[in-house]
Amino acid sequence: MRRLATLLVLVAAVPASADSKLPPSALAYTQLRDPVQEARAKALMETLRCVVCQGQSIADSDAEMAGDMRALVRQRIKAGEQPAQIRRWMVQRYGDYVSYDPPLSWSTAPLWLAPLVLLGFGALLARRAFAKPRR
Amino acid sequence: MRRLLIWTPLALFAIVFAVVASGLLKPGDRLVHSAMVGKPLPQLNLPPITSDKPGIATADFGRGKPRLLNIFASWCIPCIAEAPQLMKLRKAGVEIDAVAIRDTHDGVQAFLQQYGDPYARIGDDKASTAQLALGSSGVPETFVIDAHGRITYQHIGDVREEHIPELLAQLEKAK
Repeated sequence: MRRLATLLVLVAAVPASADSKLPPSALAYTQLRDPVQEARAKALMETLRCVVCQGQSIADSDAEMAGDMRALVRQRIKAGEQPAQIRRWMVQRYGDYVSYDPPLSWSTAPLWLAPLVLLGFGALLARRAFAKPRR
Repeated sequence: MRRLLIWTPLALFAIVFAVVASGLLKPGDRLVHSAMVGKPLPQLNLPPITSDKPGIATADFGRGKPRLLNIFASWCIPCIAEAPQLMKLRKAGVEIDAVAIRDTHDGVQAFLQQYGDPYARIGDDKASTAQLALGSSGVPETFVIDAHGRITYQHIGDVREEHIPELLAQLEKAK
């Protein structure tokens, strides 16, 4: 009996939801009517990080907050704002973290410079390896 | 030279071990901090969500007294956990306003009735626009707004008993 009750509870249990009960925002899943504007919005959305899912862009995420961020991007594009302006607005609020296109700074310099350094090192190595033996 | 070379694998292992151990003992900070801390409160103009409390307007802040701005929702489980702590802060004389994220009149009303109501004002943020404007990335979060209307501190996650002294100290600093 106990086992059966446990089983029933397990079967009937619903996961605790971390989402609101409201429907998604108006422009979260609806494209803009103007295809040029939509393309611009999409390009921007692909370079903005969803701040709750952390590993996805807001274009890729189904999190509610990503939906709200998409709605915000589309609304502003529709109102005639430039993508760069919207990106600046986001970066002002969340720091460079929110952008998948980080600017060159002291903390990102190794990312940009390491490939050049490694390439130089490789060239040096290759030159030594392919050099004619001096004998 | 040869003799020294023998030790390199062990040295490499020691380095890898140290890196892994440090990551295990002191995990990195995965929280998304608002870049708005230190800046003036952005323009907010949120309608009321309950029948008996006004909504949120930026002009209500920075009137010579620090206030807490709590980001919460009736559907958010950790918000239930922090409710008694907010009540404690309220009893200590702290003025608390709130932004209700993606919420309904009935939901908020029921939440306040069940878990206590420490709020002076509650703004209705149906599309998370105010939350985005604040650089907040989830519920619950709590901001300290100082006497001049500047954001001076952000607490991420539910307020627990051990966070109360820090919040009170931040409020004191924000006078």
